[in-house]
Amino acid sequence: MSIDTPAKVIPAARKITTKPRVSDQIFRGIVTAFSFSALLILSLIAIFLLLKGFTTFKEQGLGFITHFEWSVTQDEAGKEVAVFGLQAMLIGTVVISFVALVIAVPLSVLTALFLTFYAPERVKKVLVTIVDLMAAFPSILYGLWGFFVLMPMAEYWAKLIQKWLGWIYIFDVPQGVYSRSPFIAGIVLSVMIIPIITSVSREVFSQTPLDRIQAAYALGATKWGMIRAVVLPFGAGGVVGGSMLGLGRAFGETVAVYSVLNIVFRTNFQILFTQGGNVASMIIQKWGEAGKTEISALMAAGLVLFILTLIVNFFANFVVTRAVKSGR
Amino acid sequence: MSTISQKPSVAPTRPWAATPRDRALTALSVALSILATLTIVAVTPMKGKLAYFFLFFITWFIIDSLFVVSKSGSKGVKDSLAAKVTLFGGVIVSMAVFSILWATISNGVKGINLAFVTQNMREASLFDPIGKGGILHAILGTVILIVIAIIFSVPMGILTALYLTEIKGRAAGLIQFLVQAMSGVPSVVAGLFIYAAIILNTPLRSSTFLGGLALTILMVPTVTRTAQEVLNLVPSDLREAGLAMGATQWKTVALVVVPAARSGLITATILGVARIAGETAPLLFTVGVFDSYNFNPFKGDSGTIPTVVWAGLMGGTPESIQRAWSAILVLLIVVLIMFVAARAFGSKQPKR
Amino acid sequence: MDKSSQITQNGTLMSENQNTTPSSLSDVAAKRAEAKVAGTSPLGTGLEARGVHAWFDKHHALEDVSLDFSAGTVTALIGPSGCGKSTFIRTLNRMHEFIPRTSMAGQVLLDGKDIYEPGIDVTKIRLQIGMVFQKPNPFPSMTIGENVLSGIKLAQLKVENNEDLLEECLTRAGLWTEVKDRLSAHAGGLSGGQQQRLCIARALAVKPKVLLMDEPCSALDPGSTLRIEETISQLSKSMTIVIVTHNMQQAARVSDYTAFFLSDGGPGQMIEVGPTNEIFSRPRDERTENYVTGRFG
Repeated sequence: MSIDTPAKVIPAARKITTKPRVSDQIFRGIVTAFSFSALLILSLIAIFLLLKGFTTFKEQGLGFITHFEWSVTQDEAGKEVAVFGLQAMLIGTVVISFVALVIAVPLSVLTALFLTFYAPERVKKVLVTIVDLMAAFPSILYGLWGFFVLMPMAEYWAKLIQKWLGWIYIFDVPQGVYSRSPFIAGIVLSVMIIPIITSVSREVFSQTPLDRIQAAYALGATKWGMIRAVVLPFGAGGVVGGSMLGLGRAFGETVAVYSVLNIVFRTNFQILFTQGGNVASMIIQKWGEAGKTEISALMAAGLVLFILTLIVNFFANFVVTRAVKSGR
Repeated sequence: MSTISQKPSVAPTRPWAATPRDRALTALSVALSILATLTIVAVTPMKGKLAYFFLFFITWFIIDSLFVVSKSGSKGVKDSLAAKVTLFGGVIVSMAVFSILWATISNGVKGINLAFVTQNMREASLFDPIGKGGILHAILGTVILIVIAIIFSVPMGILTALYLTEIKGRAAGLIQFLVQAMSGVPSVVAGLFIYAAIILNTPLRSSTFLGGLALTILMVPTVTRTAQEVLNLVPSDLREAGLAMGATQWKTVALVVVPAARSGLITATILGVARIAGETAPLLFTVGVFDSYNFNPFKGDSGTIPTVVWAGLMGGTPESIQRAWSAILVLLIVVLIMFVAARAFGSKQPKR
Repeated sequence: MDKSSQITQNGTLMSENQNTTPSSLSDVAAKRAEAKVAGTSPLGTGLEARGVHAWFDKHHALEDVSLDFSAGTVTALIGPSGCGKSTFIRTLNRMHEFIPRTSMAGQVLLDGKDIYEPGIDVTKIRLQIGMVFQKPNPFPSMTIGENVLSGIKLAQLKVENNEDLLEECLTRAGLWTEVKDRLSAHAGGLSGGQQQRLCIARALAVKPKVLLMDEPCSALDPGSTLRIEETISQLSKSMTIVIVTHNMQQAARVSDYTAFFLSDGGPGQMIEVGPTNEIFSRPRDERTENYVTGRFG
């Protein structure tokens, strides 16, 4: 049977175009131009730090990342010899941020679970205010509190940890000095990043699909059973993303860490011992007496820190956005 | 229906809510745990506030488990443990906050007096006895700094937010991403950047103006994100109503959208200011320190509250540390006031 | 046990010798009792709601429903949207209380014991009264097999042979032949109808006495709906089923009894209950007739 019907003529879709009026074009132009200020600022930061730190990158090469010495001396001829290496500071940054995460992540997840599933309405309101308030405290306040209030307590905890867990390398100390250690800096940082991780986790937890929650309850689950079967698998991405946002903040923290950390250019993994590093606070420490060469090195260090936090934040935002979207 | 009125009224009940007996049991287990904690502290060498706290939670859990296990078995024990552990997390977080607030208030008030908020440090030094000199110059410096940061970051932040919510242009995804990236810029980098870009390249030297620029970098992302949230809450039928009347998009935004979100935009500004008011690191590069009034934002170092705190902490003597606590108390009060104001304005947001 | 207390119209609970309500009701009661004699089964005494009210905050959503679900029967709850039938079914296994600021009144008896009794372990109640929801809601992070056994894990039950139970439940839910080769695949890959049968299998795994189904087919295509209905018919031999449905043909196809719910602007009420063929052929109440003949709703 031959089909002889003529092919249907499908009209091409019309394009709907509007030519905005002049005033709208100006409005759109201005708004669009301003919206690119973020791009402009971020690029300028990268360009100027690279420009001013360029000599350091050229002279130190890869050693700027891998070397652990930081000194400007003069040789016999009176010529300036500069060695700049960030290794100890980079490792120190990672160490204290890691300590901060180990403390902050469990506390934040517990707090977020408490807020989302356990707290009565009134308690919830108060605790949410407390967490928001925490995020609004200036970092210098954390430094002051860390030095005068936390440090005496934390030294006592550190001694206890050393006594019972000292056989593990990282909990041992070569000499009995426990103040201004990476451990203490980590605790201060953990308090600073708890609001970030808590609020992201809470947002994701609260988006857990209701039908899955009900399915778990209808199967005779307790609240905790429901949380483990439904909420935690669903919210895991948000917790990871929130933790990375916290990590980004911890990497870049300056004055709070400087107040409670003894910055020494030596790679140290013994977190209870009074010796550590952090790129951001090292910049503050060296700034005061820095000469021209050293300022260039500090600019280069700033660029390294900038790129590091950009990368961490990029992944964090990627993970958080995905976790939040999957709930909608 | 006439029968309705004849029916005996039935009172709503909540059989799932805790009964007086449940409450009594909870109270009993808490009381027993406190008792047990005190006993353990008295008998063993454990000491310190945190020891009390941990012991209380451990004993409470054990005692409460005994009550629960009789009712719903090991499943119930796990559930009640989970409830207590999450509570424990919330309490620890709250304790940290109260510890910070208490330290600031109890240490700070000792150095607060009339001179402290009405004088400058021209005739006094950080190491002089308390009562001599004050931080008015620093308060004013911080105010100038904030005003400059507002002048730059509020238009920038709100216009960026308008781009993301009203124009939704092709680059919206990229802009959103860049704003998020910008919110992660460490404050020390913002300071270094202004130093590298302006102080090293132009005749301009450290001043509140440059400090304001550095703080703008930190403030813009906060303003943008909060403004974006409130603009998204403006009902889209308001926009459509404006456009349907033949108004241009520009008029609709200026006369309908922005006024509808006004209080929310004020919240965005306040939150942005709260974010930067206590920033210290960038000021060390861009504003410097000064012990008297400087009303010229373009020339000369200036005192600011964060740098007073910083200098006090670094000074290391009892007097300088006292001044640091008192100055941070002043700053904290300002931040708290802004925090409350932001919430007050925020609660007036347009309904979805 | 002939209490004949299951039928009420205006809220008063009728007990044996009271005869204060219209005579038509006693007719229904007599027929209902006959049906009960016919359906007497060794499954237990079933589920019984006595004077159940429900509130959302101050809003009175459901008024004085008394209904007896004999063991081994299928009861359909029909009525227009907002008539309180979903609210009612959720009070039957204590899912109602998850909505904040709700309250209730009355009793729900499972085998003669009030499930709202203070001090009762609510998770054990929900194990005995399972529920299937409107939208298929398998746990996406688990495989098909894990989904079926998730109730066992959540309730920490001991099972002798997981594989046998898995096969039994999936077979009863009519899904075994379709998924037996991919038990370790993720549940998200199944079609909507398959997911819903998986949810039924999941509910069956904890061996409930009663299965509540809240519009289980409303999100499914006609083919899948038919499969689910077959499954319900199979299951009704061994358990008590309560099904909320918008679809009157479905109610006629699967249920032994039908209860009609209606809200006249105030709280939802149960207007009429009876054997399904009577409700559809000669309803007592004009409002029921209007509804089942499609004049409104």
